Amino acid sequence: MKNIFKLITFFTLILSLIFSNVNAAGEKQELLKVDWSFKSFFGKFDRASLQRGYQVYSEVCASCHSLKHLSYRNLAEKGGPEFTELEAKAIASNFEVTDGPNSDGEMFERPAKLSDKFVMPYANVQEAIAANGGAYPPDMSVLVKARGGGANYIYSVLMGYEDPPAGMELDDGVYYNKYMYGNKIKMASPLDDDIVEYADGTKATVDQMAKDVTTFLQWTAEPHLETRHKMGFRVIIYLTVLTILVYFSMKKIWSRIETKV
Amino acid sequence: MSDHEYTPKSKVGKWFNDRLPLLTLANHLTDYPTPKNLNYWWTFGGILTFCLITQIITGIILGMHYVAHADLAFQSVEHIMRDVNYGWLIRYVHANGASMFFLAVYIHIFRSLYYGSYKSPREVIWIIGMLIYFLMMATAFMGYVLPWGQMSFWGATVITNLFSAIPLVGDSITTWLWGGYSVDNPTLTRFFSLHYLFPFLILGLVILHIWALHVPGNNNPIGIDIKKPSKDTVPFHPYIVIKDLFALLIFLIIFAFFVFFSPNILGHADNYIEANPLVTPAHIVPEWYLLPFYAILRSVPDKLLGVIAMFAAIFVLVILPWLDTSKVRSTVFRPIYKQFYWFLVADVLILGYVGAMPAEGLYLLIARVATAYYFAHFLIILPFLGMKEKTTPLPLSITEPVLGGSADMAMAKNNSDYKEKL
Repeated sequence: MKNIFKLITFFTLILSLIFSNVNAAGEKQELLKVDWSFKSFFGKFDRASLQRGYQVYSEVCASCHSLKHLSYRNLAEKGGPEFTELEAKAIASNFEVTDGPNSDGEMFERPAKLSDKFVMPYANVQEAIAANGGAYPPDMSVLVKARGGGANYIYSVLMGYEDPPAGMELDDGVYYNKYMYGNKIKMASPLDDDIVEYADGTKATVDQMAKDVTTFLQWTAEPHLETRHKMGFRVIIYLTVLTILVYFSMKKIWSRIETKV
Repeated sequence: MSDHEYTPKSKVGKWFNDRLPLLTLANHLTDYPTPKNLNYWWTFGGILTFCLITQIITGIILGMHYVAHADLAFQSVEHIMRDVNYGWLIRYVHANGASMFFLAVYIHIFRSLYYGSYKSPREVIWIIGMLIYFLMMATAFMGYVLPWGQMSFWGATVITNLFSAIPLVGDSITTWLWGGYSVDNPTLTRFFSLHYLFPFLILGLVILHIWALHVPGNNNPIGIDIKKPSKDTVPFHPYIVIKDLFALLIFLIIFAFFVFFSPNILGHADNYIEANPLVTPAHIVPEWYLLPFYAILRSVPDKLLGVIAMFAAIFVLVILPWLDTSKVRSTVFRPIYKQFYWFLVADVLILGYVGAMPAEGLYLLIARVATAYYFAHFLIILPFLGMKEKTTPLPLSITEPVLGGSADMAMAKNNSDYKEKL
């Protein structure tokens, strides 16, 4: 048994080294930390927050940022914002997509369906860059996973707009952000109090909207997070019980000889 | 092979076995006499076999859904993560499985270093093992390129560019590797093809590795030769099988924590940004398991010499059986080597750490000292230490002190010391 403890200590040592490595290589400015509902072993999304987050995305972010890996049907799927199918259909039908060719060989426009991917605000990257003063508004599908610091980073950037420190000259269309890499960002502060009107009556403060949209983006990046946590818990319980059973079987088998195991 | 002749009991079995002795092989594997004092560090061979099979199975499934094309690869990975049934699970097992594979292989290698398992008569097992390790690194590197994220693209650019350091033909070789004038679609498709091929080469080498192991039999924590079968051994089944299973399950619990609760902690965030040849990431870092070699590469100011140093770092391991001149296998009886062993462990961890840091200032200095020490360990310390070191007396057998008790008190004491350490 002593061996096993040694083994586990060794593992922990190595792993903690790796963690510290990963963290040390990352950010400099300490990020704002939020106690997200989706963290921890049993972490789940706050459904209402996801729905509000979608509202913020669609009314504020969507004019520049795409969500190209998502389909409208995802909005009604389990583990997400869980809009009803009718609601998701209604959302989809607000967008026009190009389909075809039809039997006359022509492309045509039609309202989007559940099976369609999210319609992008720009036709291509070049158009997006041209329309945004030379900076590409990144696709947001996996944005949370694409930034060291994850959800806390996204939240921090949304909350991090400040006046530049004395002596710092900013070009036109460049803004100061405390948490952005290099402290310069080409996106103006996107959130203002009451910029959206929440259907559920929640007060739309900047902080509230930042939290909601970050929660939403965590879901777009990890749509199966809830299943993963649930399954993970079961897998670990199963493995633990099996390990205990195998441990006693091993003791039993090795008791036939004098050597300890 | 075990020394008794095996004949199947059933007629059909005998008929088949006379034509293809599969049953003899199975009998050999179950009866295989194994030293009874193997500790848990010896369970990593089984764990590694499990890792390889897991990687192959999950990899084959991923290959069914993945599209090896520069314009579609990133999207197809997202398709796997979102739309394929349990695709997220299969991909996270595969991605974290690579890390767990390397974690296990490093423990396996360092176990061998501690107990002298590379020494005569096991040199061939060791060399095959090093080939496997080398192929594992190549496979993992190419696998990391496949999602076609920023780190995929730039990692591939950095590593393939190493070959341009070769005098005269360097540039031609790099162009040939790329299938063009930069890392692009042809690079991706060939990496996918080779990433699919290499694991099967590894599987073949693993079979040879185990075959070569079964000729002299296992080394053991006290590193002495033992009679097989004897009081010092137990049959592989059920004793070692159940012990390996127990260790594997503990390993799996740690594995599961990563897969289900921190699936991206070992990867780099930038790899969730689609590859863009026009934007270079601030820091290009390989996966954690390649960091020590990356540190060695960067610690040499000259590009060609850096590449040579990196490959030499692996090559010194290949010739290790002849660099270590000590006849005593186990570190348990080598008090001075034991200290150098732990220095080496620390040295490699330090190399891994500085490999993740920017190559400048203090980090670069540490990397250079650690690189120098790494080579000094193998090329200077080991050959001389083996000739000079006074080793402590070896026990006559594994069971000796337990059963008969040794007349030699020093030996008995030594052995109880050793028992405490296990």
